[in-house]
Amino acid sequence: MPPPLHIRTYHELTEADRSGLGEQVGAQHRRVAERLAPVHRVVAVMSGKGGVGKSFVTALLARALARAGRRVGALDADLNGPTLARLLDARGPLAVTAGGVEPVAGTDGVRCVSMAHLLEDGKPLAFKGPGSDAFIWRGALEAAALRELLGDVTWGALDMLLVDLPPGVARLHELLDLLPAPPDVLAVTIATVESADAVRRALNAARERGARLLGVIENMAGPQFPGDAGDTLSREFAIPLLARIPFNPGDAMWQTLGERL
Amino acid sequence: MKFLCVDCDRQMTFEERALPGDGTLAATFKCPKCGRVMALLTNPMETQLVSSLGVEIGGRTVPAQPLETVRKMVTTGRDDAFEDGKRETGNVGWSSDAQERLARVPNFVRGMVKRIYIDYARERGITEITPAIMDSARSELGLEGM
Repeated sequence: MPPPLHIRTYHELTEADRSGLGEQVGAQHRRVAERLAPVHRVVAVMSGKGGVGKSFVTALLARALARAGRRVGALDADLNGPTLARLLDARGPLAVTAGGVEPVAGTDGVRCVSMAHLLEDGKPLAFKGPGSDAFIWRGALEAAALRELLGDVTWGALDMLLVDLPPGVARLHELLDLLPAPPDVLAVTIATVESADAVRRALNAARERGARLLGVIENMAGPQFPGDAGDTLSREFAIPLLARIPFNPGDAMWQTLGERL
Repeated sequence: MKFLCVDCDRQMTFEERALPGDGTLAATFKCPKCGRVMALLTNPMETQLVSSLGVEIGGRTVPAQPLETVRKMVTTGRDDAFEDGKRETGNVGWSSDAQERLARVPNFVRGMVKRIYIDYARERGITEITPAIMDSARSELGLEGM
């Protein structure tokens, strides 16, 4: 048996390191923090459940806030299924300046950036790299893309930046890792018990990471989706049921919701 | 990631980096006391993992560009995604050969690459970018992956 190796450990080596990988990562975080410093509030719109209308809620809520005079940004964090740009009619190209990439002004002046601005129509988000074992690095690249959409876009002074998250909680965790402080969280559900199951997990994940839960929105309310997920989640998490949105809601619904945030 | 010369008990310092173009990476480190040099060789998956973090072994050679990782790594980017024309170019011109070469860079990343070459030329007082200047920039700045 070889003798034990008596060498200094990683943290005991403190000489200057030209690579400075830790410093490079620190600089990335500072870039995000500096970019978002003029943003008064970041609100993550999440669900945990797919197909409940997160992007629809995000877009219509953003427009209502903008019409009420708020400066609003909308970041489409659904990198693999981006829809926010179309919902806001925010069309590229994205202008690149010395300061960064400018968001596109969509309907009602909502400032939007989405992966849809960057991808060829109909093409999936695909990366360079070795084809085998792509699952190992793909997540890191998607997190890097989210970091750049937060930190390299000239969001400017905003009253609110709405971040439209994809289903699941993975991107929420990435967002929490990247932001200098946890965002406020708005949960969207439909009424079914299955949706409540998924949204409950997502709300617990957000709460465990220190995010403030603003409330829950029950979307597509009506006989098509029976259940009481909105009320159930509101009661369980002691958060308000901010709105029960029917199919084809009118403008007044969004205006009321915006006033409640 | 750090390297220790066990005999000297000294942290080895980064010397140089190369991207041979096959997805692998080579970086050399030297002991400041005894001069011993060792090479770090990564396979394509390991190289990709480092690239995915948006960091560079050996340190950054050019300032971070807007959406740099997205522009370098996404293969399905749309040609008309960006308008890169709003930035100061100074008095730097392009030879026709260099323009042809630049035109072969995919449009999705071309504006960013063009900016890096212009900044390289301006910092060195170069008024015309030629293919030779582009080669120098690629070598000096470690742009092999672009």
